Order: sequence, then structure tokens, then C-alpha cells
Amino acid sequence: MTKTVSTKELAAARLAGHEHRAGLDWYAFTVSFKGVFLEGLEVAFIVLTFGTAHGDIPLAAAGALAGVLIVGIAGLLLHRPLSRVPENAMKFFVGVTLTTFGVFWAGEGVHVAWPGETAALLWLLALMIGGSFVLIRLLEARRVRAQGVTSTP
Amino acid sequence: MKVIQDFGRFWYDFIVGDDPVVAIGVVAAMAVTALLAANGVNAWWLMLIGVFAPLAYSLSRAAH
Repeated sequence: MTKTVSTKELAAARLAGHEHRAGLDWYAFTVSFKGVFLEGLEVAFIVLTFGTAHGDIPLAAAGALAGVLIVGIAGLLLHRPLSRVPENAMKFFVGVTLTTFGVFWAGEGVHVAWPGETAALLWLLALMIGGSFVLIRLLEARRVRAQGVTSTP
Repeated sequence: MKVIQDFGRFWYDFIVGDDPVVAIGVVAAMAVTALLAANGVNAWWLMLIGVFAPLAYSLSRAAH
């Protein structure tokens, strides 16, 4: 199997050990910091893009601030149940959601008129989930076939 | 020199990621969709092909 970025990152994480600084698992802290910093940078770009396009950066910034507060409070309230959600399920959900928004906005950027306009986000999400499950099933079927071939005397 | 290499690697991982085929496929689909839109063709479906075709190909290769 191809060594993907995620498998390389996983191997690096396992080799990192458990160095503690300022009472924190330093590897976990730096990985979290980089992730949040990167997402924060994306938010800044989104706020500037929407704010500039509509001539109202303060309103866009207020929307972003409200988002930070809502997500922050939700994180504080839900971090324990969320930590019990299987990692792959979480990645799958985040992946299909991001891909849905990415396809929608990329289409808007190249002046595509989506059937259903903004409501297209809903059918795009359904399509991404359905398409992903089809690909998963196909991969599983292929793995079963491959196992059948290798176990045949 | 190492800082520049790490900086370049970060952006490569961030933009391209696991498989360049997916990045090229998505960019190509967007470019063709934009070209068609500029000529009055609303090719929204091409965006979906541009996501699923490279993804299926990339997954198929990764699973080998």
C-alpha cells in the first residue's frame, strides 16, 4: 500500500514520545496549535473575501467572532462525548462536509449555477456521503476478492 | 536551506496532499468548468466528475 501523508504523520507522532513542557504534552500542543493557526488563517481569508465582496468587513468579522464563540462553547460542552467518537468516523464526517463546501464554493468561483442554488449544499452533501460509501463498498469488495485469491490453494 | 525546503514541503502537503493526481484532476476540472461557463455552458456536473474520478483512481492506487 502507498505510504500516505497520514501514515507518515502517524509514524512521526508515535516516535515523538511524551515530552512535557508547562504541564502540556508538547507534541499534542504544537500539532493542535498548528491546526488551529491554519484554520484561523483560513477564517481570516474568508472574512476578508466576504467582507470585501459585500463592502462590510466589520459585519463579516462580527460573524466570524460569533462563530468562534459558538464553536468554543460547543467545544467546552461537548469535548468529552466528542472524544469518544471514533477517529475515522470524525475524519469521514469532516471530509465529506469540507468537500461539499469546497465543491460548492469552487463552482461558485467559476460561475457555475448550481441546481437549487444555495440548497445545492444539501444534495451535494448527500451525494458526497453516498458516493463515498459506494467507493468504500467497492474497496471492501476488492479486498475480499484479493483475500479469496491469495487463500486459494 | 532546510527552512526553505520545509516551507516548500508544508505548502506542497497543504495544497497537493497525498496524491498529485487528485490535485491535478480538481484543478483541471475547475479550469474546464470555468472555460465552459465563460462560453455559456453551465457544467456544474463536471465539478462532481472532477472530484469523484480522481478520488476513485487515487483510492484504487492506494489500496493496491
